[in-house]
Amino acid sequence: MGDVADIKPDSILDVKGLCCPMPVVKAKKAIDGLESGQIMEIVGTDAGSKGDIPAWAKRAGHEFIGSTEEDGGEVFHFFVKKG
Amino acid sequence: MADRLAIIASKGTLDMAYPPLILATTAAAMGMEAGIFFTFYGLNIVNKKKYHKLQVAPIANPAMPMPVPNIIGTLPGMTAMATKMMKGMMGKANLPTIPELISICAETDVKLWPCQMTMDVMSIAPEDLIDEADNTCGAGAFLDYAADASMSLFI
Repeated sequence: MGDVADIKPDSILDVKGLCCPMPVVKAKKAIDGLESGQIMEIVGTDAGSKGDIPAWAKRAGHEFIGSTEEDGGEVFHFFVKKG
Repeated sequence: MADRLAIIASKGTLDMAYPPLILATTAAAMGMEAGIFFTFYGLNIVNKKKYHKLQVAPIANPAMPMPVPNIIGTLPGMTAMATKMMKGMMGKANLPTIPELISICAETDVKLWPCQMTMDVMSIAPEDLIDEADNTCGAGAFLDYAADASMSLFI
């Protein structure tokens, strides 16, 4: 996989402003609507998600591709490929 | 077999209602099975008349964000005031409410079991409880579930 910033997601989930447990709960709901192999981008502001989203993806059978940060670490973008 | 999380929720204050519900909803989202056994004061978390107005007490609670001397904490209205402050902070952080988390539990198949013995001791009828918690449970049934769990927590 090349640069994470070049990934074109099939869907984008906005969980900005939400805190634990909602980013993971909403990610699970949203990825249920995708096909296997499709990529979901999760955009959030919860710093705890940096650990939670990769752990969720691994446990739920998806592939965590990577993440980027912007606004000096205030906003996070996570990329997950549905398993 | 999927991983399984078995939780005993034994406390009925606002702050202690969150950990079991947050962990169980997260476990469900991660593809695990999750069940919560509500016993003693924990039963308030699934009590129709109480679960939307759980409180946090400042008395004997030095961990409050703004600690209140115990003698002040005994004054009428202090528990309501501490609860209001805590709910304000939770609202600011966009934390879901207890009823919202219960709805997520129901949607994601988290099992909510009220303790039959506690209901008998405290004279709580099945109709006093939320519809999501309709299967009462005893120690034996919970232990049978927990024996096959990879994680068991007492909260």
